[in-house]
Amino acid sequence: MNQNWIEDFSWVDLIINVLRVGIIVLVIVGSFNTLASGRFTGEQWLSLVVSGLAQGSIYALIALGYTLVYGILLMINFAHGEVYMAGAFTAYFLADYFNRTGFLNNYPLLAIPLLILFAGFISMMVAILLERVAYRPLRNSPRLVPLITAIGASFFLQYTFRGFYGSGFKSYPTIDILSGSIPGTNVPLNQVVVFIFALVLMLGLYWLVEHTRLGKAMRAVSEDKEVSSLMGIDIDRIIVLTFAIGGALAGAAGVINGLYRPQGVNFFMGFIPGIKAFTAAVLGGIGNIIGAMLGGLFLGVIEAVGPNLVLAGLGVPGANQLKDVIAFTMLVLVLIFRPQGILGERLAEKKA
Amino acid sequence: MNEKNSGISDLIPNVVRTGLLVGLVIVYVSVIGMVETFNERDVIRDWVTMGQLLIFMPAIVGGFLLTRRRLKAGSELGLTLLGGLVVGIISSVPVVLLVLVASWIDVGEIFVNVNRDLMEILTFDNDSPLLGALMTAGFITLAAIVGMLVMFIPERYRQALLTAVGVTLGVGVMAELVTLVLRQFVSRDFIDVFFRRDELKLNGALTVFGISLALSLLWSFYGATIRERYTTLPSRQQRNVERGGFTALGILLLVLPWILGAFLSNVTNSIGLYILMGLGLNIAIGLAGLLDLGYVTNFAVGAYVMGVLTSTGPLGVGEQLGIDFLNFWLVLPIAVLCAMFTGFIFAVPVLRMRGDYLAIATLGFGEIIGKLAVSDALSPIIGGAQGVLFIPSPMISIPFTDITLEFSDPQMLYYVILGACALALFVSIRLNNSRTGRQWMSIREDEDVAQAMGIDTARSKLLAFTLSAATGGLAGAIFAAQVDSVFPNSFRVLVSINVLSLIIVGGMGSVPGIVLGAVVLIGLPELLREFSEYRLLLYGILLVFMMTSRPEGFIPSRVHRRELKQDDPPDSPPAEDADSPTLNPA
Amino acid sequence: MKKFFSLLLLLLATMIVAPMTFAQECDDEIGCVVLEDGDPISIATMLTISGNTAFLGEDSAGGVEIAVEQRDGELLGREIEIVEEDSGCSAEGGQAAAQRVASDEFIVGVIGTNCSSAATAALPILSEAGMILFSSSATSPSLTSVPDDGGVYEPGFYRTAHNDLFQGAIAAEFAIDELGASRLATIHDGSPYADGLQAVMADTFTEMGGEVIFQGAVNVGDTDMNPILTDIAAAVAASETDGPLVLYFPIFEPEGNFIAAQSLDVPGLEDAILFGADGILVESFPENTGQDAALGMYFSGPVVQGEAYEEFLALWDEEIGGVPPAGFHAHAYDAANILLDAVAEVAVEGDDGTLVIGRQALRDAITATEGYEGLTGTLTCSETGDCATGEALGVFQLTEAEFTEDAWPPPVVWLPGVGMVEMEME
Repeated sequence: MNQNWIEDFSWVDLIINVLRVGIIVLVIVGSFNTLASGRFTGEQWLSLVVSGLAQGSIYALIALGYTLVYGILLMINFAHGEVYMAGAFTAYFLADYFNRTGFLNNYPLLAIPLLILFAGFISMMVAILLERVAYRPLRNSPRLVPLITAIGASFFLQYTFRGFYGSGFKSYPTIDILSGSIPGTNVPLNQVVVFIFALVLMLGLYWLVEHTRLGKAMRAVSEDKEVSSLMGIDIDRIIVLTFAIGGALAGAAGVINGLYRPQGVNFFMGFIPGIKAFTAAVLGGIGNIIGAMLGGLFLGVIEAVGPNLVLAGLGVPGANQLKDVIAFTMLVLVLIFRPQGILGERLAEKKA
Repeated sequence: MNEKNSGISDLIPNVVRTGLLVGLVIVYVSVIGMVETFNERDVIRDWVTMGQLLIFMPAIVGGFLLTRRRLKAGSELGLTLLGGLVVGIISSVPVVLLVLVASWIDVGEIFVNVNRDLMEILTFDNDSPLLGALMTAGFITLAAIVGMLVMFIPERYRQALLTAVGVTLGVGVMAELVTLVLRQFVSRDFIDVFFRRDELKLNGALTVFGISLALSLLWSFYGATIRERYTTLPSRQQRNVERGGFTALGILLLVLPWILGAFLSNVTNSIGLYILMGLGLNIAIGLAGLLDLGYVTNFAVGAYVMGVLTSTGPLGVGEQLGIDFLNFWLVLPIAVLCAMFTGFIFAVPVLRMRGDYLAIATLGFGEIIGKLAVSDALSPIIGGAQGVLFIPSPMISIPFTDITLEFSDPQMLYYVILGACALALFVSIRLNNSRTGRQWMSIREDEDVAQAMGIDTARSKLLAFTLSAATGGLAGAIFAAQVDSVFPNSFRVLVSINVLSLIIVGGMGSVPGIVLGAVVLIGLPELLREFSEYRLLLYGILLVFMMTSRPEGFIPSRVHRRELKQDDPPDSPPAEDADSPTLNPA
Repeated sequence: MKKFFSLLLLLLATMIVAPMTFAQECDDEIGCVVLEDGDPISIATMLTISGNTAFLGEDSAGGVEIAVEQRDGELLGREIEIVEEDSGCSAEGGQAAAQRVASDEFIVGVIGTNCSSAATAALPILSEAGMILFSSSATSPSLTSVPDDGGVYEPGFYRTAHNDLFQGAIAAEFAIDELGASRLATIHDGSPYADGLQAVMADTFTEMGGEVIFQGAVNVGDTDMNPILTDIAAAVAASETDGPLVLYFPIFEPEGNFIAAQSLDVPGLEDAILFGADGILVESFPENTGQDAALGMYFSGPVVQGEAYEEFLALWDEEIGGVPPAGFHAHAYDAANILLDAVAEVAVEGDDGTLVIGRQALRDAITATEGYEGLTGTLTCSETGDCATGEALGVFQLTEAEFTEDAWPPPVVWLPGVGMVEMEME
């Protein structure tokens, strides 16, 4: 290694800047080409953004679970995607039952919340069990150890549910009142409903964390465990509740996802959304609730719009296959500008 | 449990909890289909099936553990005995309920594995579900009592007995592998005395049991003496013994593939490749504290460079340019250099990131590489979904003779991998003790302080990433030649996760730990292939179990062990057991 | 102690001297499987049992299980033993599983693998070991073309799965001749199967005078298909020809469901004719996709025969429970049957109860398979192992019955060389 050029720190800056500028130029050139070619109509862009927002709100709901747990335990709960799967997969059977008895389409306003509650409950139980069996014994071990346990738990949950329900694919029933699109546009109604559902849940969580005693306790624990326990906060209880809330949100996300994208219910369904949600949480600044929401929505929109906007303009074949490449490139770009994520102020001090 | 709580008031919750846990485990393995699948396999031919083992083992273990706990707590003998009986009864309740519910309503609509076959097993093929379930319950209770009684055997004999039972069951479960190895040495007739095809016969089981019982008894009587005699040897002789041990190990490593046969050599080769990657990733994580979740990137680059440059198919560069000097040995260093180059390029943008931000960025790189590998955009060069085929095996022609050694079968390829591992081990150990190595460690401990001490953190990190990528590329290149083809679905997130897991499980920062971690985490799933659909389930349980019972890894590095003893990081939470404080590598 | 050692010595001696008395009867050029009296006949399965393609493995494994079950688990008075291996859907998985199977000298043949990548890596090892690799779902053309033609074929490989070359071609023929399509958009999912099939389809389509306006791909695990469908809609708007558009997506569940279902919401694709292949020709597809999207959709795939297949499905429900999770169970069933029949044909029983199965003889017997009436149509094996000749392929169309009455399979509407088939009203 040549010491002179590598020791020179500005050289590294140079490469980072070249990369940064390079990516931005590519994005601009690609977008410009696409827009100039007029390949897509405004309406099509709108539909892409809306479907991205709907997908993003699912990511965001799952990401909240990551962020909550991270905020308190500083650990990546890699098995969180499986918690989502557990609720979604189990609630499918209830949804199917509701559908067969006609309850679902006769009283959708009653049935949907019931389903969400049921899935939330199942996921919550799984999350609590996970915390009790796999994570609590490791509360004080090196940081990477719970990560490996989480990976193990993730396998365990996947193949347990495969053992329970088999390896085939299931589909949520379609709900009549949600089909069709918003009058006057091509925007499917269910995507908007999903977005609203998710938004309500997220705001509910935000309120819980910011304005209730429990939220205060959670924030205190995430700030300093030792001091909060001296203040009379039962740390174990707070941690369990955090897992429970994160799990319930993930389960709810499972059903909400099923409302607009009924297909693909399977034991493996949590893995990829899990990774995406984790990405979203980091993108927004891990440990930050609003950040997780923004990160999720941003990721969803980037995935939906990015390939057609950027890659198509650059003449890349099979552009949509590379949406993850776009998403992760954007992630790296954001992290180059803001190494602590979009809203990750607090954590930078803690040094992640 | 302490003395005070040894009375009946403590016994009841204890017994109920153990009993329910055992019962739920039995129901769990039944409902996920393990019992049914494993029932087709005999551990001891015509005597014990693996399904039965699954049903009754939890009860035996439950009875055993409860009794041990009660006796330790100084509980009354009569109460303890009663407790064992009750555990058995309670633990069969869930099973009976399962059978009754399943015979009453059609659970199979949801739980696909609760079907007729399972019911036949759980009811001993009885026409009346209630009667059958009660029979099973009786046997489960019996099993719990057996477990309880074992506890009353004097310790020395109990230890030997348990070891012998364990070994026998192990041989029975892994009978196929055992016969595979035996077949290399002994005639079929001899194997047939003890095994029938891939199942252990009763006389085989008795033999194994007898021998292992005798050996463990011998060890329990004389083991301490032998150990003592060794420690009292003069140090020079001790060193001689050690040296002899190492020589024996070396010889063993050299002849290993011929002992193991083709299949197990193939497993060994996979382990070897993961040891290579583990050593590489250890530089980034174990030494420099850089959590890299995208290690598969390097593996993929190495494999594709090797594939594209040496392939004799239409994608092969040699084929396209009409040159034929590109062989494995020439391309190997090129592949490593390419991997180092990508490692370097990917390291630059993430230099400023820390901890989990770094982790997710590198995870992203892994995904990017995986998606690019399968993409249509690059398929004219690297084959896209159809992969790169026709990758030749390494060959050496021995000078002055006509002999050409072809490293195509696993037993020959083993030596290539052994050589690569030896090289990587050497470099790792040297790095560990070098100035650079210590710089990395200081970055791992506290990046800001390291920088303040005048360490060029950017340069050190770049070096760590680049070097760490090298062995990944090496492993990838050998992998391509081993499989003869490269398909994009070999480069999944799972590879990165596996490498990471084996480092942590082995003991972070410790070279022997990595070797052991690879043997356990890569070898075991390969051997578990027989359990097919429950393979990854068992793997997951194994990971959770190992981490919760031994969080510092099998063989923690000396530095880490020291740290674990000494410092107490500022933000460690109030500890339940304060002697294992947080270790914060990032 | 002394007695123990002499015993040990004696044992060692027998081990070394013990002659292989039974090997004499074998006169097969690549060896035999020799089974003693009472030994079971072993076949192996090498399928993808873990990971996100597990449904493929479970599907094929069920087919094999039923084939064995129908013989009451017996062949020539011996028990049939199935050795299960997980080959995954990757080259290294195929290789490892093949090594393991190859080291078991009693195994006569293997049903598997599901994925072409695994088959490519497994084939050299199994071929060398004299075994059979009989695949139910590896469709890559290279597997049955000899190395001189750029393929990876080696003796011992057979498949009941349809070579992509056949299926892609008939799909194009149907689209142009019967649907009158002039434009084609294809989507694959990065699997060699889908990629190969869409490539052949697109090539043939162009040759026959159609215009391929879009060739793209999604990832396994994607759920939002709106971007790629919008891209297709844009390509449709940009193309100068008009006339019916066929959207061919020969992929699997659930991505196939997502594409079909979400195509409804994309303006510009209202009139697109949806066309899938045997990967999604599965009983769960109509229900999972929904009637709005999937009614009238076409599939290319093997013409499974009515009554026998009904019986098969009934057996599946009884033995395994539910419905097959993918579209290759019938292929696996046929493969297992051909293999077992061939074993029965070539096995020679000695006077002492030993059974000798010549490995080359077994291969010859399978290669000689002609006019075999299987679930997947009439099978005739070629020299290079393609047992599904393409004649048994057809095009299916989903009708209302598949949604409302749980009918399966859907009616065949077109057969190559025959043209449109009149729907029989029963």
